[in-house]
Amino acid sequence: MSKNMTGAKMVVKALKDQGVDTIFGYPGGAVLPIYDEIFLQTDIKHVLVRHEQGAVHAAEGYARSTGKPGVVLVTSGPGATNAVTGITDALMDSVPLVVLTGQVPTFMIGNDAFQEADTVGITRPCTKHNWLIKDTDKLSETIHQAFQVAITGRPGPVLIDIPKDVQFATGTYKSKSETPKIHYNPIVKGDTTDITRLAELIENAEKPIIYSGGGVINSGIGASQLLCELAEATNFPVTSTLMGLGAYPAAGKNWLGMLGMHGTYEANLTMHGCDLMINIGARFDDRITGRVQDFSPGSKKVHIDIDPSSINKVIHVDLPIIGDVGHILEDLMKIWKARGRKTNSQSIDKWWNQINKWKKTNCLSYTPSKKTIKPQYALERLEFLTKKHDRYVCTEVGQHQMWAAQFLGFDAPNRWMTSGGLGTMGYGFPASIGVQMAHPKSLVINVAGEASWLMNMQEMGTASQYNLPVKQFILNNERLGMVRQWQELLHGERYSSSWSESLPDFVKLAEAFGWKGICVDDPKDIDDAIMEMINYDGPVLFDCLVEKHENCFPMIPSGAPHNEMLLGNASTEDAISTSGAVLV
Amino acid sequence: MSALNIKQGTSSQSAYDLRSSHSDNIETHTLAVVVDNEAGVLARVIGLFSGRGYNIESLTVAEFDHEGHRSRITIVTTGTPRVIEQIKAELGRMVPVYQVNDLTVEGPSVERELAIFKVMGLGEIRAEAMRAAEIYRAKVVDSTIDSYTFELTGKSTKIDAFAEMMRPLGLKEIARTGVIALKRE
Repeated sequence: MSKNMTGAKMVVKALKDQGVDTIFGYPGGAVLPIYDEIFLQTDIKHVLVRHEQGAVHAAEGYARSTGKPGVVLVTSGPGATNAVTGITDALMDSVPLVVLTGQVPTFMIGNDAFQEADTVGITRPCTKHNWLIKDTDKLSETIHQAFQVAITGRPGPVLIDIPKDVQFATGTYKSKSETPKIHYNPIVKGDTTDITRLAELIENAEKPIIYSGGGVINSGIGASQLLCELAEATNFPVTSTLMGLGAYPAAGKNWLGMLGMHGTYEANLTMHGCDLMINIGARFDDRITGRVQDFSPGSKKVHIDIDPSSINKVIHVDLPIIGDVGHILEDLMKIWKARGRKTNSQSIDKWWNQINKWKKTNCLSYTPSKKTIKPQYALERLEFLTKKHDRYVCTEVGQHQMWAAQFLGFDAPNRWMTSGGLGTMGYGFPASIGVQMAHPKSLVINVAGEASWLMNMQEMGTASQYNLPVKQFILNNERLGMVRQWQELLHGERYSSSWSESLPDFVKLAEAFGWKGICVDDPKDIDDAIMEMINYDGPVLFDCLVEKHENCFPMIPSGAPHNEMLLGNASTEDAISTSGAVLV
Repeated sequence: MSALNIKQGTSSQSAYDLRSSHSDNIETHTLAVVVDNEAGVLARVIGLFSGRGYNIESLTVAEFDHEGHRSRITIVTTGTPRVIEQIKAELGRMVPVYQVNDLTVEGPSVERELAIFKVMGLGEIRAEAMRAAEIYRAKVVDSTIDSYTFELTGKSTKIDAFAEMMRPLGLKEIARTGVIALKRE
């Protein structure tokens, strides 16, 4: 077969070479030649979204539920700018994406041409790397290199801007194997001396904790298994960030629940009081640390991360180990076993006694109601009725997201898709479409708030078109719940613009798109309604009318350390000082 | 943060670390960064500094290896030791960056800057400007009836000192290249 072909053909061929089976996109003038080539083949399935932001979030859902990079194809100008939120989201959460954008022809760049935008300029700070292709001969190798960059080291989004004349022109195709590797080559093996030092710390720790993050999941299934092995063999307690849920199973005996601003009492107090903190693939985000000066004051801190710029960025650590979590945990287990599998088990038993006392606080308890559906109750029932299923869960951003993290249990990685770093309302619904594309037979649920969900509701058409049976589980409190909670705690109960007015009738909305709509407002009906949702073969819009003024607890108020948690409404008065109020 | 009226280092209520865990001393460092000479690479480096609020005192860039398409960017930056470490790590993880050297801490290095000075004057002032230029070993690269243009190469401090010297002697304009530097072997 001839290696000479048009740029447009090269794009499709390079994607096939990379093993891509699904792309998410939206056509427009500057990508028409590529859409022509997509039309002429059947190996790659193109999912037509309804807005480019939806395409990027769908690709993120695809990527995070499969471990493979997600691929997006959009046009120039507005196509590219609409994708920016999703690309930034992927950068913050280290999701591997390859975004292909059309561009006006090279000879018109800089002319303020129709649908021209400086796409590489706009996306430079929100991609791992990006390229503008000016020569068709460079196109295929750049695409292969882009995949290399997206998945190597700390994963992230990359973007290739392809002018229309480059798509039409003919050039020579380079296959994946013919493409020279670029020099970008982050360290994956950890330093053996440092890992041995960590083994020593493990042997001597009296009050240890493992604080794991999204890096464990990005490192692959093997890293999650090694994390479990480490926890079981040492009997160390495990907590995780929002991004890392599922790496250590929620059913595991050492699991303390999520940590941080809305994490569990036992996880945060264990972090605060520990003498050895092993951070595995997390980044000391401000949602985790609270007031940094008082963050875990008495501990030796170990930080395993593939990104050297994460080390000492927020918290000064005693032992940084740069490399891939999977490689480092493998070496750690070898070294620790070879040294005799020692731990200070008596002290650790005592530590567990203390932790079990903290657990008795039962920090996730809430006041039940027979009249209204408490959002926590809805999620407890959802968990009970769906946990045996082959289940994937996405969320939007807000109170419902935190409750989902608290009340749903994940026993495997890649089952939980949420916008952590950027906190993008509107993430969950398109992400659930991407997940369902990758896992057509699985139960895919998006736990949403009504306000977040409306932000990308246009994707209903996408789910209908591709027969995607996504379940949109909306905890509808007719409020921007988390905003309302902060206004209650911080802004004198002045609820400025934080209620959802003029909401649609969600059941009718569902029907308008050929979906099933279910509305439930009585706690005694919720089990039947959830079963109806699960058993329906098609997309469902589940409008769960919940208590309107429920607050999400526990909560570490901004500007407070881990040992000053708020456990319920009674403890909230004057909890946040004026200087804490300036923080987000 | 001043607009929010939070005193640096006293924010026991802040969730953010306003204090450095090492030292609050502001240091000046010269970084030598070897990059692919590809489109947008300078914008990428500058964007890192502006996006994360780091300082650039001076920055020079030019291709030094034409066949390998490599450029050297020399950046003089200021910050606390912690910020300097962060800058180096952020630069080091950029895809087109090959190498980051902190010439301030990695043993002896040679630093040079070139500057051009336009000095206007007549009579005794003009003669004095020429005498000063000789002391500083500045070269005359252009001259009119009432002006000299001097070229001076040296450490930035020398250029600062020469500028101070020329100021009362009719200094009109200065153009400076910014620092270039190499590690000594």
